[in-house]
Amino acid sequence: MTVPPIPARGKASLTAVPGGQGRGLAWLALPALLIFVAFGVIPLFGVFALSFTTWDGLGEIRPSGFDSWRAVLTDPGLPHALWVTFLVIALSWAVQTPASILLGTFLAGFQRYRAVLSVVYFIPLLLSSAAIAITYKALLDPNFGLGAGLGIPILVQDWLGEPVLAFSVVIFVVSWQFIPFHSLIYQGGVRQIPRSMYEAAEIDGAGRVRMFFSITLPQLKYTIITSSTLMVVGSLVFFDLIFVLTAGGPGDATRVLALEMYKRGFQANLMGPASAIAVILVLVGLALALLLRRLGGRDATHSQLEGA
Amino acid sequence: MTTTLAKDPAQAAARHAAPGQKRVTRRPNWVAGTASWIWLAIVIVPIYWIVITSFKAQSDYYAENPLAPPSNPTLANYQLVIESDFVRYFMNSVIVTVGAVVPAVAVSFMAAYAIVRSGRGRFLRYTNSMFLMGLAIPHQATIIPIYLIIIKLGLYDTPMALILPSIAFSIPLSVLVLSNFIRDVPKELFESMRLDGASELGTLWNLALPLTRPAVVTVTIYNALTIWNGFLLPLILTQSPEQRTLPLALWTFQGQYSVNVPAVLASVVLTTLPILVIYVVGRRQLLAGLTAGFGK
Repeated sequence: MTVPPIPARGKASLTAVPGGQGRGLAWLALPALLIFVAFGVIPLFGVFALSFTTWDGLGEIRPSGFDSWRAVLTDPGLPHALWVTFLVIALSWAVQTPASILLGTFLAGFQRYRAVLSVVYFIPLLLSSAAIAITYKALLDPNFGLGAGLGIPILVQDWLGEPVLAFSVVIFVVSWQFIPFHSLIYQGGVRQIPRSMYEAAEIDGAGRVRMFFSITLPQLKYTIITSSTLMVVGSLVFFDLIFVLTAGGPGDATRVLALEMYKRGFQANLMGPASAIAVILVLVGLALALLLRRLGGRDATHSQLEGA
Repeated sequence: MTTTLAKDPAQAAARHAAPGQKRVTRRPNWVAGTASWIWLAIVIVPIYWIVITSFKAQSDYYAENPLAPPSNPTLANYQLVIESDFVRYFMNSVIVTVGAVVPAVAVSFMAAYAIVRSGRGRFLRYTNSMFLMGLAIPHQATIIPIYLIIIKLGLYDTPMALILPSIAFSIPLSVLVLSNFIRDVPKELFESMRLDGASELGTLWNLALPLTRPAVVTVTIYNALTIWNGFLLPLILTQSPEQRTLPLALWTFQGQYSVNVPAVLASVVLTTLPILVIYVVGRRQLLAGLTAGFGK
C-alpha cells in the first residue's frame, strides 16, 4: 500500500503535470455536465428542432417543414429587427468601449479616492434591468420627469415617444447599466501591464497621451476582445431592459430580435417562427464571437484559461 | 492567501513604489479624471433622485423641485409596497437565488477542480470546451425549449422552474473564473497532499477550496446578482402571482401604480437594498475577483 506513491511522485515531477489522473477525476465534473447538457445543450438543439414545427405553446407539437422559416424570412419585420439589433450592438459598443477603457485606466492607477468612489461607481451593476428601465421611464417623463421639474427645456422631450430619441435613450441606458462592469474588466487588464514599460517610456520622455496610445491600448488588446465579446453577445439578447423601457416602440423603433422572439412565441403563440428567430440569434451570436476571436488573433476564451 | 497576493503583482509593486514609479502616478491625468467625474455625476443623479423621491408624498412629487430633498418626508410609499405582498416576493427571490447559487458554485467548483487537476484527460477537455462555448451562446435564445422541458417535467410555475436553468446558465462563467484561480495554486501543495495520502475529495475540500476562497466568494456574489435580477426566466416560467420574484413584481407593480411614481421608486429601492448590503460587505472581494477573473 505504501509503494505506489513513490513512482507516482517521480512521474509527476518529470512531466510537471499534476497527477494526470484525468479518468479518476471525471466524475467530479459530472453534476455540472449533466445540468449544463439538460438546460444548455439540449435546448440549443431543441430550438433548432422546434423551428421546423408548429406549436402554440400548449397543444401538440407538429412537424411543419420549412413553414416557420418561410414565414420568418419573408416577413418584412425581420430585416428591420436585424438592423435595430445591429445598431444597438454597434452603437452601444462604440459608446461603452472608449468610456470603459478610459475609466478602467483611470481606476487602475487612481489610489486615493478609489474606495469611496467605487461604492458609487458600480451601483448600476447592482440594479436589475427592470428597476433601471422603470426609473428612466419616470425620470424622462415629459410632463413630470426631471426636465419638466427643473424647467430645463432641452430635457423636456417626448423621449420614449420619438423613434430616434427612444433609440438614443436605449443606448444611453444600456451604457449606464454596463459601463461599470466593463470598466472593471479594463481595470483588471491595465493592472496586468508591467509597470516597467511605463518607466522605460518615461525615461524616453513620452507623455501620458503617448503612453496611453503606445503602451496601454496595445497591451489591452485581448482585454478588448474579451470585453467586446461579452458586450456583443450580451447586447444581442437585451430583452428585459427594452421590454420594460419601450416594449419595442414607438412603433417598431426599438424592436430588437430578442423582443421579436418573445412577442411571436409568448404573445402570438407562434413557437415555430419564434424558434427560427432564436436560431438566427444563436447564429449571429456565434458568428460575432468567432469574428472577434479572429480579430484577436488567438482564442480569447482559451487564452483566459491558459494565460494565468 | 498566497493566491490573492500573487494575483495582483502590479498592485503589490505599486504599494512598494520606488521613487521613479511615483512620478508616473502622481501627475494628474486630466482626461480620465474629468471623464470619471462626469461619469460619477451621470451615475449619482438618478440614484439620488430615486432615493429622495421614494420619501416624497405623491402630491409633493408633482409640486417640488425634483432634486430637492423631500420637504415632508414620509414612509407611506414604503408601507404601501411592503403591504403589497413584498415580503412574499422577497422570499421567492431568496429561495430561487440561494437555491440556484449554492449548487451552481458547488458543481462548478468540482468541475473546475477536475479540469485543472486532470492534466490531459480527453473527456474533461471536451467538457471544458463545451462550457467555454457556452460563453459565446446567448442563453436567452434557448428559452422556448427550456419552457417546453420545464412543462414536461411538471415544474412550470414552481421555484424549481427558475432554479434549474439558472444553475445551468451560471456554469460556464463560474467554471472559467474558478479554474483560473485553482490553476494558481502551487502544484507542490497538491503533490504533498497526495504524498500524505489525502483523497481527491479531501484535497479539494482542505486545500483547493480554502486557497481559492476569494474566487468562490466572487463567483457566488456575481451569480447571486445575476439570478436575483433575472427577469426573463420568471416572466416565462412562472405564471401565478404567488411565484413572482422581485424584478417581475416590480414590473407588475409599475403597471398597477403607474401614477404613483414615488411608490414605484420605493419598490425599486426595496428590491435593490438587499443586494446593496451584500455589495457593501463584499465589495472589495467582488471587485478584486472580477478584475482578476476577466482581466486576463
